[in-house]
Amino acid sequence: MRNETKATNPVLELKNVSKTYSVKQGLLGKSRPLTALRDLSLRLEQGEVLGLVGESGCGKSTLAKILLGLEAPTSGEVLVDGAPLGSQDRLALARRIQPIFQDPYSSLNPRKTIADIISLPLRVHGIGDAASQQAAVREILDVVGLPSRVMHTYPSQMSGGQRQRVAIARALVMKPDIVICDEPTSALDVSVQSQILNLLADLRRDLGLTYLFISHNLAVVEHLATRVAVMYLGRIVEEAETEALFDGARHPYSEALLTSVLTPDPSLGVPRMNLGAAYPNPIDPPSGCAFHPRCAKATEACARQRPAPVVDEDGLIACFHPNGMAPTRSRPAEAAPRLSASV
Amino acid sequence: MTQTVTNPTGAAFDRDPLLEQILGPTPGQMLRRRVLGHQGLLIGGAVIALLALMAIFAPLIAPHDPFAQSLMNRMEPPVFLGGSWEHPLGTDHLGRDYLSRLIYGARVSLLIGVVAAVISGVIGTTMGVAAGYFGGRVDAVVTFLINVRLAMPVVLVALAVVAILGGSLTVVTTVVGLLLWDRFAVVMRASTRQVRAREYVAAARAVGASTPRILLTEIMPNIANNLIVVVTLEMAHAILIEAALSFLGLGVQPPTPSWGLMVSEGKTMMLFEPWLVLIPGAVLFTLVLAINLMGDGLRDVTAPENRN
Amino acid sequence: MTSPLLSVRNLKVDIPSGSGTLHPVRGIDFDLHRGEVLCVVGESGSGKSLTSLSLMGLLGRTLERSADRMEFDGINLLGASGRQMRKLRGARMAMIFQEPMTSLNPVYTIGDQLIEALLLHRRMPRAQARARAVELLEKVGITAAASRLGQYPHQLSGGLRQRVMIAMALMCEPQMIIADEPTTALDVTIQAQILRLLYDLVREMDMAMILITHDLGVVARVADKVAVMYAGELVETGTVAEVFDQPLHPYTRGLLDCIPQPGKTGRGEPLGTIPGIVPSLVGQVDGCVFRTRCTQAGPACLGPIPRRSRDGHLFRCVHTDGYAPAETKAI
Repeated sequence: MRNETKATNPVLELKNVSKTYSVKQGLLGKSRPLTALRDLSLRLEQGEVLGLVGESGCGKSTLAKILLGLEAPTSGEVLVDGAPLGSQDRLALARRIQPIFQDPYSSLNPRKTIADIISLPLRVHGIGDAASQQAAVREILDVVGLPSRVMHTYPSQMSGGQRQRVAIARALVMKPDIVICDEPTSALDVSVQSQILNLLADLRRDLGLTYLFISHNLAVVEHLATRVAVMYLGRIVEEAETEALFDGARHPYSEALLTSVLTPDPSLGVPRMNLGAAYPNPIDPPSGCAFHPRCAKATEACARQRPAPVVDEDGLIACFHPNGMAPTRSRPAEAAPRLSASV
Repeated sequence: MTQTVTNPTGAAFDRDPLLEQILGPTPGQMLRRRVLGHQGLLIGGAVIALLALMAIFAPLIAPHDPFAQSLMNRMEPPVFLGGSWEHPLGTDHLGRDYLSRLIYGARVSLLIGVVAAVISGVIGTTMGVAAGYFGGRVDAVVTFLINVRLAMPVVLVALAVVAILGGSLTVVTTVVGLLLWDRFAVVMRASTRQVRAREYVAAARAVGASTPRILLTEIMPNIANNLIVVVTLEMAHAILIEAALSFLGLGVQPPTPSWGLMVSEGKTMMLFEPWLVLIPGAVLFTLVLAINLMGDGLRDVTAPENRN
Repeated sequence: MTSPLLSVRNLKVDIPSGSGTLHPVRGIDFDLHRGEVLCVVGESGSGKSLTSLSLMGLLGRTLERSADRMEFDGINLLGASGRQMRKLRGARMAMIFQEPMTSLNPVYTIGDQLIEALLLHRRMPRAQARARAVELLEKVGITAAASRLGQYPHQLSGGLRQRVMIAMALMCEPQMIIADEPTTALDVTIQAQILRLLYDLVREMDMAMILITHDLGVVARVADKVAVMYAGELVETGTVAEVFDQPLHPYTRGLLDCIPQPGKTGRGEPLGTIPGIVPSLVGQVDGCVFRTRCTQAGPACLGPIPRRSRDGHLFRCVHTDGYAPAETKAI
């Protein structure tokens, strides 16, 4: 697996996880397997922000559900602090890992007050009495930058940015270590998005949180993540430190994703993409490398055989024709990738 | 972002823009506003409230004993047809005061409506919520049961059961209650599926909340508005079925005053004394119309809050 | 300069309601020339979508539109009848919406929906219309175009559906396309492809395009001219280089600070923010609409806000002195 000299402290680890759903096509159609995750391995190190990028249908959301214990993997293992997820108490897991969802309009129960919403985790876990729960709500509201008088209001009275702050408060009220952020800003306006991103960055620094940051917005990922994993059709095709990836992606798919990022620079035009074919249907995945029908570099071998993921000092790459130097290049010691940012 | 924007211009900026401007009216305030602006709901609600009060305080309001016969005063016409104020709505073929019977009849109609709706509501909601929340096999079984139920004609089945067990208020209420759960199941299943997909349910599961807790505190409050609408519609439905059964002589048995029975008893003299049929018929019509108005109104005012 | 294709002066949209009239679009001026892409950028509630709908004459009945001038290729849109507008919409101005799934009718094939406009507006023979549909599907980059005509919308991916929408908009060779967030629902790689396509088509067919978006990245890459909209007003308008390289209005500057820009914002550094929220648009708004969120707001912001100009780069703010008051009324 990973380079042994690297001192790692994975808080969360996926080992060869696969997830298959059966999908019925049509009224009387036969059920067919849809493999959302294929033999996927991933580590989340203490204190880092792992950006997870990929297009819709690549399995990002399924991965998030498995990490939250909302879905069970079909095969493979999920380790939390080295112990398999299945064996752990569901409540104990909930205390360590909490989600922040995409849509602040759908993630808050419209029939409950803000105080009820935020204190739900405390009540479910029986932490403290009513008074101390109220105090905890007040405290966490302050942390996420909301005045305590919003406690008795309802979500419908708030703006999108405020609701997302409430969602963050709910996720943090039990002081988890790991937060799964599933597109936390993509439903928000630009000016509100920056507030939420700043808040997430501050919270990570002040509370020592570890984030899995799922997003399709690569500019945001580049800004916040310390390491990035690129997913394509249920597999990780490249994994690297953020700077290294944005300086030069090795996988042609990562490269295409980076090309498609529209930075607000008027001197650059609209990029020309040469991803001819559409995103493949996960029910009928292409042979060999799943990306080969869209890849400019694809050869016969790519269609025949799937490139095995190669783990090196730079991260992970699964491609027969990676960009840049050979994947086995040795790296000077002083340029060794930063480990998780110091917390 | 939450600090008040400090500004040198004074007055216009002293308010905290955050709460003054963002916090809209509470859901309660909005509901009240919508209710007060909905005429159908107000009219329907007022009529139902009036009839309910009439039913509850029947012994105080009714001018006569509804069972007291007076063969000397049979078939007296109502006031507007030249009758006396002694019997404002006249008397029936046994000389019983028609107004008093009408007032007591409201008890039967409302009782059967409420109890049948509660029985069918409990059955249907349980099935619908279970099917919608758990999906899979539970859903398949419930969907099958709903289809079986929909294949049975309600009135015919009720007739058959009542014919076997004999008609009484209890039997009629129970039978109707056991037959009318289909709409509850269909509507609750659909609403539950919808609410289940919301992220707050996923959030509650991720917190480790138990399934009963999620059903009670996350799902139920958000499907309650649809439930209330179905309750009103099924109340009206049950009241009509009772009237039909009583009219056919298989429902509530005489001398209990029931509007359906009153229509039935009056039908032999319908050609000569049409008011005997028209008065209970009109009241029945008004009650069902009022309930439907209220159901429609409730659907309008509790329509899922706009996303913004 | 040739006369503009579309000329709009003092466009307003009002929504009468019980608690006072709402003014979501409050006096908009702009000109659009052939071969030009105008991006209207703003956040939710800025009135940008209502502006586009009012140009197309597609506002709901409860909304009231008024303007001093609204001229499209010499036709006065203000006086146009419903019939005239329908003719214009199908044939000479077209619209592309955000959600390609709901904009296509699921019960008709792609082919039927594509040629409908041609049969309606051009009375073209069916075979000829089909040939044109195939040609356009190929033009928007759809492979095996002829076989797609018989498919239904649900058989296509989101990106393909949006391409079909674009082909549909192009069927009658419109002179102007209004695209309302055409790529917001799409993946980033698809977004780049669709934008490239639109950009190339405008150049090639000498059309004009109004692109409504909230994404400053899209604006920077696609626009010739930019109109920044806030709370129903255009607070700054100019060429894309002017607005991005030298933003003059505090709101534009604030927006640009809010997005992470590689090279400009340090990684992990705090991003800029715009405190507060969009003001209520019920009743008249005096002074500057942005003053409640502006860090530079002062007493002058309550008074009338002059429109200033620097070589056609227009903005409404009292604080950037030294620029001449605007002479022309629009960009």
